[in-house]
Amino acid sequence: MTYIIYIAFSFMIVGLLFAAIRFINGPTAGDRSVALDTLTTILVAGLVLLAYVFQRYIYLDVALVYGVLGFIGVIVIARYLEGAL
Amino acid sequence: MSSVFEIIGGILLLVGSIFLFLGGLGIFRMPDVYNRLQAGTKATTLGGMSLILGVGFLMVETSWVWMVKAIIIVIFIAFSNPISSHALARAMYKRKRYPIITSKDENMDAYKDVIENEKKEEES
Repeated sequence: MTYIIYIAFSFMIVGLLFAAIRFINGPTAGDRSVALDTLTTILVAGLVLLAYVFQRYIYLDVALVYGVLGFIGVIVIARYLEGAL
Repeated sequence: MSSVFEIIGGILLLVGSIFLFLGGLGIFRMPDVYNRLQAGTKATTLGGMSLILGVGFLMVETSWVWMVKAIIIVIFIAFSNPISSHALARAMYKRKRYPIITSKDENMDAYKDVIENEKKEEES
Protein backbone atom coordinates (compact mmCIF):
# COMPACT_ATOMS: atom_id res chain seq x y z
CA MET A 1 0.00 0.00 0.00
CA THR A 2 2.95 2.33 0.65
CA TYR A 3 4.18 1.99 -2.95
CA ILE A 4 0.75 2.94 -4.31
CA ILE A 5 0.84 6.15 -2.25
CA TYR A 6 4.34 6.93 -3.60
CA ILE A 7 3.26 6.35 -7.23
CA ALA A 8 0.13 8.51 -6.81
CA PHE A 9 2.14 11.37 -5.26
CA SER A 10 4.73 11.26 -8.07
CA PHE A 11 2.08 11.43 -10.81
CA MET A 12 0.35 14.34 -9.06
CA ILE A 13 3.60 16.27 -8.55
CA VAL A 14 4.53 15.95 -12.24
CA GLY A 15 1.05 17.20 -13.23
CA LEU A 16 1.40 20.10 -10.78
CA LEU A 17 4.75 21.04 -12.36
CA PHE A 18 3.26 21.12 -15.89
CA ALA A 19 0.29 23.23 -14.76
CA ALA A 20 2.62 25.57 -12.83
CA ILE A 21 4.78 26.11 -15.96
CA ARG A 22 1.62 27.08 -17.87
CA PHE A 23 0.59 29.33 -14.95
CA ILE A 24 3.95 31.15 -15.01
CA ASN A 25 4.41 31.77 -18.74
CA GLY A 26 0.90 31.55 -20.16
CA PRO A 27 0.48 34.10 -22.98
CA THR A 28 -2.79 35.69 -21.80
CA ALA A 29 -4.74 36.12 -18.59
CA GLY A 30 -7.22 33.44 -19.65
CA ASP A 31 -4.50 30.79 -19.84
CA ARG A 32 -3.31 31.68 -16.35
CA SER A 33 -6.80 31.45 -14.85
CA VAL A 34 -7.41 28.07 -16.54
CA ALA A 35 -4.11 26.87 -15.07
CA LEU A 36 -5.18 28.22 -11.65
CA ASP A 37 -8.39 26.17 -11.84
CA THR A 38 -6.42 23.01 -12.65
CA LEU A 39 -3.92 23.71 -9.85
CA THR A 40 -6.78 24.10 -7.35
CA THR A 41 -8.33 20.74 -8.27
CA ILE A 42 -5.00 18.88 -8.13
CA LEU A 43 -4.17 20.47 -4.76
CA VAL A 44 -7.55 19.47 -3.28
CA ALA A 45 -6.84 15.85 -4.27
CA GLY A 46 -3.34 16.16 -2.78
CA LEU A 47 -4.72 17.45 0.53
CA VAL A 48 -7.12 14.48 0.72
CA LEU A 49 -4.23 12.08 0.09
CA LEU A 50 -2.18 13.83 2.81
CA ALA A 51 -5.11 13.35 5.20
CA TYR A 52 -4.91 9.60 4.48
CA VAL A 53 -1.14 9.61 5.05
CA PHE A 54 -1.46 11.33 8.44
CA GLN A 55 -4.60 9.30 9.39
CA ARG A 56 -6.55 12.40 10.49
CA TYR A 57 -10.06 12.84 9.08
CA ILE A 58 -10.25 16.45 10.27
CA TYR A 59 -7.84 17.37 7.43
CA LEU A 60 -10.58 16.64 4.89
CA ASP A 61 -12.31 19.84 6.03
CA VAL A 62 -9.19 21.78 5.03
CA ALA A 63 -9.45 20.32 1.51
CA LEU A 64 -13.15 21.25 1.28
CA VAL A 65 -12.56 24.86 2.40
CA TYR A 66 -9.62 25.22 -0.01
CA GLY A 67 -11.82 23.97 -2.85
CA VAL A 68 -14.56 26.49 -1.99
CA LEU A 69 -12.10 29.41 -1.88
CA GLY A 70 -10.44 28.43 -5.17
CA PHE A 71 -13.84 28.10 -6.88
CA ILE A 72 -14.93 31.56 -5.71
CA GLY A 73 -11.61 33.05 -6.84
CA VAL A 74 -11.88 31.56 -10.35
CA ILE A 75 -15.51 32.77 -10.68
CA VAL A 76 -14.52 36.31 -9.64
CA ILE A 77 -11.57 36.36 -12.09
CA ALA A 78 -13.83 35.14 -14.91
CA ARG A 79 -16.46 37.81 -14.22
CA TYR A 80 -13.71 40.46 -14.17
CA LEU A 81 -12.27 39.30 -17.52
CA GLU A 82 -15.78 39.34 -18.98
CA GLY A 83 -16.14 43.01 -18.05
CA ALA A 84 -19.12 42.60 -15.75
CA LEU A 85 -17.53 43.80 -12.51
CA MET B 1 -3.83 -9.87 3.54
CA SER B 2 -5.73 -6.94 2.21
CA SER B 3 -9.50 -6.85 2.01
CA VAL B 4 -11.74 -6.14 -0.97
CA PHE B 5 -12.23 -2.48 -0.02
CA GLU B 6 -8.49 -1.85 0.06
CA ILE B 7 -8.03 -3.35 -3.42
CA ILE B 8 -10.88 -1.19 -4.81
CA GLY B 9 -9.42 1.88 -3.09
CA GLY B 10 -5.94 1.27 -4.44
CA ILE B 11 -7.18 0.85 -8.02
CA LEU B 12 -9.30 4.03 -7.77
CA LEU B 13 -6.32 5.93 -6.34
CA LEU B 14 -4.00 4.90 -9.18
CA VAL B 15 -6.60 5.75 -11.86
CA GLY B 16 -7.26 9.14 -10.25
CA SER B 17 -3.59 10.09 -10.03
CA ILE B 18 -3.01 9.09 -13.67
CA PHE B 19 -5.93 11.28 -14.78
CA LEU B 20 -4.63 14.22 -12.73
CA PHE B 21 -1.25 13.82 -14.47
CA LEU B 22 -2.97 13.75 -17.87
CA GLY B 23 -4.82 16.96 -17.00
CA GLY B 24 -1.58 18.74 -16.17
CA LEU B 25 0.07 17.42 -19.35
CA GLY B 26 -2.88 18.53 -21.48
CA ILE B 27 -2.86 22.04 -20.05
CA PHE B 28 0.85 22.22 -20.91
CA ARG B 29 0.69 20.85 -24.45
CA MET B 30 -2.57 22.15 -25.96
CA PRO B 31 -2.35 25.13 -28.36
CA ASP B 32 -5.46 27.15 -27.51
CA VAL B 33 -7.46 28.50 -24.56
CA TYR B 34 -10.50 26.34 -25.35
CA ASN B 35 -8.43 23.17 -25.82
CA ARG B 36 -6.69 23.87 -22.51
CA LEU B 37 -10.08 24.26 -20.83
CA GLN B 38 -11.21 20.95 -22.31
CA ALA B 39 -8.11 19.07 -21.17
CA GLY B 40 -7.52 20.81 -17.87
CA THR B 41 -11.07 20.73 -16.51
CA LYS B 42 -12.65 17.43 -17.56
CA ALA B 43 -9.63 15.22 -16.88
CA THR B 44 -8.99 16.74 -13.45
CA THR B 45 -12.69 16.44 -12.54
CA LEU B 46 -12.64 12.69 -13.16
CA GLY B 47 -9.22 12.30 -11.53
CA GLY B 48 -10.07 14.22 -8.38
CA MET B 49 -13.42 12.45 -7.90
CA SER B 50 -11.82 9.02 -8.39
CA LEU B 51 -8.90 9.72 -6.03
CA ILE B 52 -11.09 11.10 -3.23
CA LEU B 53 -13.50 8.15 -3.51
CA GLY B 54 -10.46 5.86 -3.40
CA VAL B 55 -9.33 7.36 -0.08
CA GLY B 56 -12.88 6.92 1.21
CA PHE B 57 -12.84 3.23 0.22
CA LEU B 58 -9.43 2.71 1.83
CA MET B 59 -10.68 3.89 5.24
CA VAL B 60 -14.27 2.58 5.09
CA GLU B 61 -13.55 -0.26 7.55
CA THR B 62 -11.94 2.05 10.11
CA SER B 63 -14.52 4.82 10.40
CA TRP B 64 -17.59 5.92 8.44
CA VAL B 65 -16.63 9.62 8.76
CA TRP B 66 -14.06 9.28 5.95
CA MET B 67 -16.62 8.03 3.42
CA VAL B 68 -19.20 10.71 4.31
CA LYS B 69 -16.71 13.60 4.01
CA ALA B 70 -15.24 12.14 0.80
CA ILE B 71 -18.73 11.98 -0.76
CA ILE B 72 -19.35 15.61 0.28
CA ILE B 73 -16.11 16.74 -1.42
CA VAL B 74 -16.92 14.67 -4.54
CA ILE B 75 -20.38 16.28 -4.84
CA PHE B 76 -18.84 19.73 -4.44
CA ILE B 77 -16.23 19.05 -7.17
CA ALA B 78 -18.91 17.68 -9.50
CA PHE B 79 -20.92 20.90 -9.10
CA SER B 80 -18.18 23.55 -8.99
CA ASN B 81 -15.73 22.49 -11.71
CA PRO B 82 -18.09 22.67 -14.75
CA ILE B 83 -19.44 26.02 -13.52
CA SER B 84 -15.98 27.59 -13.37
CA SER B 85 -14.97 26.23 -16.79
CA HIS B 86 -18.22 27.52 -18.31
CA ALA B 87 -17.64 31.00 -16.84
CA LEU B 88 -14.05 31.06 -18.14
CA ALA B 89 -15.09 30.00 -21.65
CA ARG B 90 -17.80 32.67 -21.78
CA ALA B 91 -15.36 35.34 -20.56
CA MET B 92 -12.82 34.35 -23.22
CA TYR B 93 -15.47 34.51 -25.96
CA LYS B 94 -16.66 37.94 -24.85
CA ARG B 95 -13.05 39.19 -24.96
CA LYS B 96 -13.09 38.24 -28.68
CA ARG B 97 -10.48 35.49 -28.38
CA TYR B 98 -11.66 32.96 -30.93
CA PRO B 99 -10.34 29.40 -31.46
CA ILE B 100 -7.37 28.79 -33.77
CA ILE B 101 -9.06 25.98 -35.68
CA THR B 102 -12.37 27.29 -37.06
CA SER B 103 -15.02 25.37 -38.94
CA LYS B 104 -16.27 26.12 -42.47
CA ASP B 105 -19.86 25.71 -41.29
CA GLU B 106 -21.41 29.11 -40.61
CA ASN B 107 -24.07 27.69 -38.30
CA MET B 108 -21.39 26.30 -35.96
CA ASP B 109 -20.98 29.54 -33.98
CA ALA B 110 -24.42 29.65 -32.37
CA TYR B 111 -23.41 31.92 -29.48
CA LYS B 112 -22.75 34.90 -31.80
CA ASP B 113 -26.49 35.37 -32.41
CA VAL B 114 -27.18 35.37 -28.67
CA ILE B 115 -24.65 38.17 -28.05
CA GLU B 116 -26.02 40.25 -30.98
CA ASN B 117 -29.58 39.89 -29.68
CA GLU B 118 -28.41 41.01 -26.22
CA LYS B 119 -26.77 44.11 -27.74
CA LYS B 120 -29.95 44.97 -29.68
CA GLU B 121 -32.06 44.63 -26.55
CA GLU B 122 -29.70 46.90 -24.63
CA GLU B 123 -29.78 49.55 -27.34
CA SER B 124 -33.58 49.58 -27.76
